[in-house]
Amino acid sequence: MSVTARAARIAARLRPGAALAGVLLAGVLLLAGCGGGRGGGRTTLRFWAMGREGEVVQELVRDFERENPDIEVVVQQIPWGAAHEKLLTAHVGRSTPDAAQLGNTWVAEFAALRAIAPLDERIAASRVVARDGHFPGIWDTNVVDGEVYGVPWYVDTRVLFYRRDLLAKAGYDSIPGDWDGWRRAMEAVVRAQGPGRFAIFLPTNEYTPWIVFGLQAGSGLLRDGDTRGDFSGPAYRRAAGFFLDIFGHDLAPAVPGSSIANLYQEFERGTFSMYISGPWNLGEFRRRLSPGMQGAWATAPLPGPRGPASGVSTAGGSSLVLFRASRHPEAAWKLVEFLSRPEQQLRFYALTGDLPAARAAWRDTALANDRNLRAFETQLGRVVSTPKVPEWENISIKLQFAVEAMVLGHAPADSTLAGLDRDVDRILEKRRWLVAREGGARR
Amino acid sequence: MKSAGEGRQHRAGWAFVAPALTLIGVFFFLPVLAGLVLSFTDFDIYAIGRPDVARFVGVRNYAQVLTNPLFWQALFNTFYFVIVGGPLSVLASLVAAMLVSARLARFPGLFRSIFFMPVVTTLVAVAIVWRYLYHPQYGLLNWALGLAGIGPVDWLGNPHTAMLGIILMAVWKNFGYNMLIFVAGLQSIPEELYEAAALDGASPWQRFVHVTLPGLAPTFLFVGVMTMLGNFQLFSEPYVMTQGGPLRATTTVVLLMYEEGFRWWRMGMAAAIAFVLFVIMLGGTLLQMRLARERR
Repeated sequence: MSVTARAARIAARLRPGAALAGVLLAGVLLLAGCGGGRGGGRTTLRFWAMGREGEVVQELVRDFERENPDIEVVVQQIPWGAAHEKLLTAHVGRSTPDAAQLGNTWVAEFAALRAIAPLDERIAASRVVARDGHFPGIWDTNVVDGEVYGVPWYVDTRVLFYRRDLLAKAGYDSIPGDWDGWRRAMEAVVRAQGPGRFAIFLPTNEYTPWIVFGLQAGSGLLRDGDTRGDFSGPAYRRAAGFFLDIFGHDLAPAVPGSSIANLYQEFERGTFSMYISGPWNLGEFRRRLSPGMQGAWATAPLPGPRGPASGVSTAGGSSLVLFRASRHPEAAWKLVEFLSRPEQQLRFYALTGDLPAARAAWRDTALANDRNLRAFETQLGRVVSTPKVPEWENISIKLQFAVEAMVLGHAPADSTLAGLDRDVDRILEKRRWLVAREGGARR
Repeated sequence: MKSAGEGRQHRAGWAFVAPALTLIGVFFFLPVLAGLVLSFTDFDIYAIGRPDVARFVGVRNYAQVLTNPLFWQALFNTFYFVIVGGPLSVLASLVAAMLVSARLARFPGLFRSIFFMPVVTTLVAVAIVWRYLYHPQYGLLNWALGLAGIGPVDWLGNPHTAMLGIILMAVWKNFGYNMLIFVAGLQSIPEELYEAAALDGASPWQRFVHVTLPGLAPTFLFVGVMTMLGNFQLFSEPYVMTQGGPLRATTTVVLLMYEEGFRWWRMGMAAAIAFVLFVIMLGGTLLQMRLARERR
């Protein structure tokens, strides 16, 4: 007879009160046996990571655990679509991990929530992490109110992918560095390609280029200490005008990304010759374009309104952050330092294709010899942060709708941008009140 | 005059009900009350870090909700779903219930299970399959339409047809649930009524109209109210299939509430939307019950 059956028989014969006491005692002993089994000094770190990075980092932490036998790292993988909500919910529910990957456009938001810890002292004492080991524009996205809240893990920006051969046929051996030259190159390519072809693909649902164009034209996107929208200001209107003109002259198709069945097929066919995109497409272009095409495409930094130096791009990527509520901040910081080592950054790059944040890693042959990465490295030296306000994601969605309306011709640009500014002002109302209340930029 | 025995019975009754009432009070009424208070504040992401920053704003949230064109768009989409999808779903459930309960039906248990399976299938898996069915170039639905000579329809990409696509999928997924309720209702109609009607020379259609339908009246009220309440709260289907697009054609009130509350963390606003929806649903329920009473 099994233990449980025998126990049940015994319990049935006892009086109900004693039987109940016996069951409770057994339950308590069982639970005590389950938990607390971990021996003395072993620390368990909880680390959250998103998407492909979450899969890959599990391999990297094995080496960290080997170096630090008293630390165990539990990696929780979260899909990007749910990450923002899950992190916020964890903060509200006081169940944040010890450390996490955080998209660097979210760092300001979580710093405002006082969810993540400032790292200045740790960085000052560190031998691995230092400000000048990183791209200045990327480092800056992690600085909120003069304090550093994250260490860049991998970086991301937007550059121009283009068909070298089609550009050569139109008489250009490289992409011109200024907007006017770029525009002339686009017109030349369309003339050389013939009817039904376009120069560049700017999907109406991708709003990142429209942030880039505004930053390039010198617009801060928000004004008055990031408390009001600046989309109807002269700088942004100039940028919007330049790019709406591109659609107006049929240099780009006014369609969303989903309406082109296969981006790579159309690029190979020459339906369009230029595309603004990020590092993930380096691998995708190599995989999806036919072998004969591999020498025909190249990357270039984005042209700017007044020449190459004004051709700034977005400062994207992810940072590693420590949460204030963590009970093992020293161990978590060790993990951050481990992942910031150049050799770990290179391993990470080899596994994911995500560009390393540590500039030392870029000198390795794997990256130094890749022709197409040159443009990324140059561009990363010219990146600008988007406004560091918690409402930025909400504002960028509103921008997306405005861009769609302008490009598809639903409404004229001036009134659309004015309407966008009204929406943005309404979103930022609370921030204005807070800033006024505290009499300054300090939140 | 109450006897001592009655008093004891009253106390005993309250004692037995007290645990359940406490649970309902703590886990249902208290949060609803808290939600109501929240809807009069501007609790948002700043207030999560520092609660003192939440301001009491009176009915400003409600005013903003009622003047927000996106809310009216969401309300229109929700009403579209309730008015078109609701009766369609109830009709499909009734037809399925009658087919399964027909005297000539073979393997009624098997078919009941088959019709009920969509209800218990994971929504995400169903959404993936239906997205393939709706694909403009390679979807089965457009292929079938092509056989009839109708050109391809971009079901989920065209703002005019997206909600219809969601309705079809939701009806397919949920009709099995109400079908079971109708089956129970049909079984409760006495067989003698049908025999008597047949003896009086009633045709099958007349038997349906004069015996089945009146006999199902209480079931209709129940299914009608429950379906309406569920349809007003439509969220998961648009969230998974179209994310509220294209051009906000499938954004429902609950989806809007989710965006305000959990994407932008404007909890006060989301609570206000919730209470507006509550008032609308209460009105719809009272209307249905009034109509049912008048029919009797």
